[in-house]
Amino acid sequence: MSKTKRKSLRENYDLKPGDFNTERKPTWCLGCGNYGIWNSLKKTFVKLKLIPHEILIVYGIGCSGNGANFIKTYAFHALHGRALPVATGAKLANHKLDVIIMGGDGDGVGIGGNHFIHTCRRNINMTYILHNNKVYGLTTGQTAPTSDRGFKTKSTPSGVLERPINPVLLALACGATYVARGFSGDTIHLSEIMRKAIKHKGFSFIDILQPCVTFNKQNTYDFYRDRIYKLDGLKSYNRSDLNEAIKKSMEEERIPIGIFYQIERPTYEDGLKQIERKPLIDHIITDIDINRLLNSFY
Amino acid sequence: MKVLNLTWKIGGEAGFGIMSTGEIFSKIFAKKGYSVIDNNEYPSLIRGGHITYTVRVSSNEIFSINRDINILIALNEETIRLHQEEVTYGGYIVYDENDSDIGDIKKARKDINYIMVPFSKIISEFGAPKVMINNVSLGASVALLNYDLEILKNMIKDIFGRKGPEIVNSNIKSSELGYKYIKEKLKINAYELEIVKPVSKMLVTGNEAVFLGAVRAGCKFYAAYPMTPSSSILNLFASAEGDYNIVTKHAEDEIAVINMAIGASFAGIRAMVATSGGGFSLMNEGISSAAMTETPIVIVLCQRPAPATGLPTWSEQGDMLFAVHSSHGEFLRVVMAPGDPEECFYLTGKAFNLADRYQIPVIIMLDKYLSESHFSYEKFDFKNITVDRGKLLVRSKDIGEGYKRYLNTEDGISPRTVTGIEGGIHIANSDEHDEQGYSEEGAYNRKSMVDKRFKKIKKLIEEIPSPRIYGPTDAEITIWSWGSCKGPIIEAMNILNQKEKKVNLIHFTYLYPFDGESIEGIIEKSNKNVVVENNKTSQLAKIIMMNTGHRIKNKILKYSGRQFLPGEIVNGIEQIE
Repeated sequence: MSKTKRKSLRENYDLKPGDFNTERKPTWCLGCGNYGIWNSLKKTFVKLKLIPHEILIVYGIGCSGNGANFIKTYAFHALHGRALPVATGAKLANHKLDVIIMGGDGDGVGIGGNHFIHTCRRNINMTYILHNNKVYGLTTGQTAPTSDRGFKTKSTPSGVLERPINPVLLALACGATYVARGFSGDTIHLSEIMRKAIKHKGFSFIDILQPCVTFNKQNTYDFYRDRIYKLDGLKSYNRSDLNEAIKKSMEEERIPIGIFYQIERPTYEDGLKQIERKPLIDHIITDIDINRLLNSFY
Repeated sequence: MKVLNLTWKIGGEAGFGIMSTGEIFSKIFAKKGYSVIDNNEYPSLIRGGHITYTVRVSSNEIFSINRDINILIALNEETIRLHQEEVTYGGYIVYDENDSDIGDIKKARKDINYIMVPFSKIISEFGAPKVMINNVSLGASVALLNYDLEILKNMIKDIFGRKGPEIVNSNIKSSELGYKYIKEKLKINAYELEIVKPVSKMLVTGNEAVFLGAVRAGCKFYAAYPMTPSSSILNLFASAEGDYNIVTKHAEDEIAVINMAIGASFAGIRAMVATSGGGFSLMNEGISSAAMTETPIVIVLCQRPAPATGLPTWSEQGDMLFAVHSSHGEFLRVVMAPGDPEECFYLTGKAFNLADRYQIPVIIMLDKYLSESHFSYEKFDFKNITVDRGKLLVRSKDIGEGYKRYLNTEDGISPRTVTGIEGGIHIANSDEHDEQGYSEEGAYNRKSMVDKRFKKIKKLIEEIPSPRIYGPTDAEITIWSWGSCKGPIIEAMNILNQKEKKVNLIHFTYLYPFDGESIEGIIEKSNKNVVVENNKTSQLAKIIMMNTGHRIKNKILKYSGRQFLPGEIVNGIEQIE
């Protein structure tokens, strides 16, 4: 698209959250945290005046991944745990896209844990939204890597023996440059976190506490409402201090939400001269002269 | 003695620059127009262990290395012990008495010449580091062949130039000392190659040829996790990415590798990955994702002996059926098996077009021998690789209203859009989906989408060339083979046909889709069929039986981790009743 057309699309931006709906209706359980995330994200797109065809959302597998059918943007519904590498490849190929990744806790810190670690340290300019309901919903109620110790599920009838992974702490340790936690029951707060995450230049990560009304009777809306508090309200909190962020992320009795950490660091794309002038997809490949390369084999 | 071709081999401990020595030896002959094929053998470690580099040089066209060594450069005693049996009648072993406890070994054969060149002493008197004895050996080799020292010196300059003039000069000087020792002290003139037309030839490995083909084909994203014998492709892409605007990504594992490439391809560019069997195992899940989302992808599989870690630095063709049947579910793919670097180059170009046009995974199979051995060629005609991206839409105005990514067309191929353009929004869905890409589990939809994806085979199979026949059309024995066995078989065939045993070769560079009908006639007509494969279970014979019902009973199989030598195939054929 020409620059002028893009400009006029932004200037005359009149999209509403509903314009990001597809013709499919969500299939989540009544009361599922996914609705809050879904609505917050669409609101955020409108607030940021994002254009549907300039957004790519890469989804993992799980209840969150089924969202691929419900938001009208370019979408790739990847394999379980593989959304991050798919998004990475797509972003490097066409870095003009706004790239967002949506996946569950099992997807992100279970089967896809290795990708999560390395994507954090790469600092590619994209936003990862982790739907953390501390249980496997789509497979009808097994333990998740974020389940609390002792939590009884179909795969752990006597209670989980492991300690849960703390996705915020893990993201901080692995070098993500924007790390936040939201609550699907507070969409105004969540939407603001999302807006800042998408605007952030670098890899932004949001751990969203999300009740699963069907398979997790422990981490309910009330459970979270009783425990959460907002980091934004703390006057003395310095979100560019990694040590402070790590300390905050380890609080368990009361649960902080908001932005734990945000710094500016060169992105992965910044280091690639190949895409400085234009995205890879804009390169013409019909008649590449490889004479010089061939000559180096004599 | 004037010869048409000869084989030179150098052996010694890892860490002594044997690889670069061998490569220089190959290059100085290719430079003058000789045909060259080489092969290195090394263990999976960095220091110590036994390494060899074998170079066959010829005034005629050659297709493979062979066993009969004319000159063996032994940088240690072990080399003599392990390889003196391979030295041909009247051949030479060049060794250093000071450096190896040679003892009685040199008396082992009366029919060959043992030449003592004091490599270590020459180097220590000159005051250069010991690692430079390989240059002394190069100089000595050039002298033994009455070849041109200037070419060697220039090559050393080319290769070590970036290390500064001091290093270049001591390397050159060391080679001169070796040359003089033979010429002036020993005055031996072992062999002299027949003169050839002095047209400089390029020297490429299979991996290098794949890389060159991919760059020409417009591959813009290359991801890999290092794994022998595929790693050199990663290094090549990384070194060229700036000049050719390619992004090379060394990812955290092969699962990330394939998924990144799928993401890049989905976004709209050409993407490729390479690995060996272990990495390919990890990629299998991702291959099915490419298949279901109909995302083009080129996967290079450089085989090595397995299972498990196996023999990381050796050669085998054990993964063919694995590639043909890779990943869960039923889906269309193309599996190719080039027989030499030239085929690697052109088939890689073809692979990108097939992947794009049919929106399917294309797997190119090499093996360690093909991946890492150099072959000489006159320059590849890169204009023969053209770019055809099929039904890819790159402009909004070409898309039209109500775009359906998975439109069920007559040929099964749906228009695909790049990302970021208006009107092209769609879901690339790993769930079964409807024409728009929405997840859809209905029975009718499922069947019609499976049929849609498989419909492509009709057009695709017409494009798959039949296996190529080498040698006489009328033969007593027909050899069936695939991939890198081609060269050794052609050499063997030429030997056998001189002995009036008529043999021909049916060579497969495409293994899937497999057009059984096109070969049934040949199998039935042939007097005696035999498969030659670098594996234990004769996988080509199996795939032929699956697709034609014909069982090929005669098998010449090798699975020692080493590729075939022509003589072994000659023996095998002669033993067939």
